[in-house]
Amino acid sequence: MKAEKTRFDEMDLSRYDFINEDEPAFRVEKGLNETVVRTISKEKDEPSWMLEHRLRSLKTFYKVPLPVWGPNLDELNLDEIITYSRPDSGMNESWESVPEGIRDAFDRLGIPEAEKEFLGGVGAQFDSEVVYHKVRKEVAGQGVIYCDMRTALREHEALVKKHFMRLVPPSDHTFAALHGALWSGGSFVHVPKGVKVSIPLQSYFRLNAEGAGQFEHTLIILEPGADLHFIEGCSAPRYSVINLHAGCVELFVGEGARLRYSTVENWSKNMMNLNTKRARVEKNGSIEWVSGSFGSHISMLYPSSLLVGEGAHSEFTGISFAGKGQILDTGTKVIHSSAHTTSSVNTKSIAKNGGHCITRSEVIITKAALHSKATISCESLMLDSESRSDTIPAMDIRSEDADIGHEARIGRISDKAIFYLMSRGLSEGEAKELIVRGFAEPIAKALPMEYAVEMNTLIKMEMEGSIG
Amino acid sequence: MQSDLLQINALTVTLEDQTPLLNGIDLTVKKGEVHVLMGPNGAGKSTLGNVLMGHPDYRVRAGSIRFDGQDVTLLSTEKRAKLGMFFSFQNPEEVSGITLENFLRTAKSSITGIEENVFIFNLKLKKIMESLHMDPLYAYRHLNVGFSGGEKKKSEIVQLLALDPRLAILDETDSGLDVDAVRIVSQGIRQFHTPENSLLIITHNTKILESIPVDRVHILVKGSIVASGDVSLIKTIEEEGFAPFVGMGGEVDES
Repeated sequence: MKAEKTRFDEMDLSRYDFINEDEPAFRVEKGLNETVVRTISKEKDEPSWMLEHRLRSLKTFYKVPLPVWGPNLDELNLDEIITYSRPDSGMNESWESVPEGIRDAFDRLGIPEAEKEFLGGVGAQFDSEVVYHKVRKEVAGQGVIYCDMRTALREHEALVKKHFMRLVPPSDHTFAALHGALWSGGSFVHVPKGVKVSIPLQSYFRLNAEGAGQFEHTLIILEPGADLHFIEGCSAPRYSVINLHAGCVELFVGEGARLRYSTVENWSKNMMNLNTKRARVEKNGSIEWVSGSFGSHISMLYPSSLLVGEGAHSEFTGISFAGKGQILDTGTKVIHSSAHTTSSVNTKSIAKNGGHCITRSEVIITKAALHSKATISCESLMLDSESRSDTIPAMDIRSEDADIGHEARIGRISDKAIFYLMSRGLSEGEAKELIVRGFAEPIAKALPMEYAVEMNTLIKMEMEGSIG
Repeated sequence: MQSDLLQINALTVTLEDQTPLLNGIDLTVKKGEVHVLMGPNGAGKSTLGNVLMGHPDYRVRAGSIRFDGQDVTLLSTEKRAKLGMFFSFQNPEEVSGITLENFLRTAKSSITGIEENVFIFNLKLKKIMESLHMDPLYAYRHLNVGFSGGEKKKSEIVQLLALDPRLAILDETDSGLDVDAVRIVSQGIRQFHTPENSLLIITHNTKILESIPVDRVHILVKGSIVASGDVSLIKTIEEEGFAPFVGMGGEVDES
């Protein structure tokens, strides 16, 4: 396609796949045991309640079995995973003071540039720890706290303690327990009552080390009437061994507050992405999830919304693109537990070259959720006959007057449309790319402009990879 | 011959499973000529149009297609378009995610190899659409998405005029149109027609031909051209239908 030229188009298409050779300052031995957990806690100089939390989580981890549904996770061997790798850098508030090698990595990912152009604050994590965090003066002046979790635990301990792993308890599932034991890094955001942050904040997570795990924790608290757009980005270079990502995102959306949480995830294709994201929304509050899953070997990711206050609203817009060797098991879950709550789910998935997309959507409307409304639309596109798409909707409706709409469509790319476009002078590759882009367009529209362009670039890269 | 634009020689076509469709078609369109292809339902008219454009479902078993002296029988659809062949579809596809304007500009740039200037292209497109009494705002809607049958056909003619190929193969572009729309489409066809540009018009309907200078008429029955002649053939069909020609069918049967 000869679309408008952008800075993303001009970039090297392998821009995510580079390895930084700098040695970490510290790393734990491979595998998981109590010593490793104690070492991480000691390294981080944590309060004792956090160490206790870690040890409890570890015990839970040994008790909770792997999920019996979803993709096969046999390839994941925790004995081979380095669970904590601290880069040779402290926390910095200017890019100049970030060690050159690491700074270079984020430069290549375009982070400092994006920060200058359209972000209100940036966090950048390299392996297990955050190396850069900065928030614009005008945003900080509004009373907004945006810092790494380590700093948050030190400076805002009460707030962290009150919310940390309350939405996603370690007992929730295997990887929540694992996260509780091993977590490090991540961002903390607190937006005071009535404060509207007009430019997005972004945290970027880069996993550079081979055979490592990343377990960052993101905690966002919006007080009543607050408004925020938070962007999460992630990538890693490709290795021949399995890497693990088991992060956790907890979002507290206060009364009448509005949070948009956007993610463009492009993990390398040796990554097991077993991430948990959850939002609790109070009265008349609103959570908007925008989720793009392009990378990873296996993903299990289902951002969930708990609509606990009357009139709370959740919106989920997601796209996944699975190519060769990828199983992307994604979707969302919404629990309506108060009256007049509303939710909408809109997902698109694309599978090609033997890729497998599974889209799960679960909506639960409790007895208390009178006059609630939910709409679900899931669309899948398969680009060839070796690829696979499954759509698994589940609805549990316990209130009499719920208004529910559901729509699912699974289709193959239309040969007729390709012929039509080619008859106007486009190549087969251009025609397919155009059709896929058109399919993805409603999602691209929901992303910030820069990310919409990035998503189109990712689609272009994926499509070029699929056509000989 | 220098002035031959399209030369179809002894073209035999089947489906992949050998189902016969076209049998030994010979047809030559010179530069600037207008040819009309008529015939009863199921005769293979649309098939021929699709085959000329390189539709992947059809297999050429014998014969050849030459365009402006070049053998295009095995050429990809895209390359045929780039050489200047254009096929107007009976049922144009709806493609979401790209506007008619962006699509045409991309296609035009792809054909000519020169990036079209957005501003100038938009002006040209607006002019074309206005000349066909089509609301220029359609240029900014997704390609054919939600267009009515008539708008889709007009969109095909807009594409023809915007891409400015050398040969237009129109597959029942007039079908399903009201009288006014037929008149507009036929006006678009006249706009396209120059001493250098040729047309092969596939139609059931003689109405659209009234204001177009037709050079040759071919009757296709059961996959073979059974009669070719000047414009007077149209009169014969208007008066007697296809009955006089049906018995003349070739070896392709419809079973």
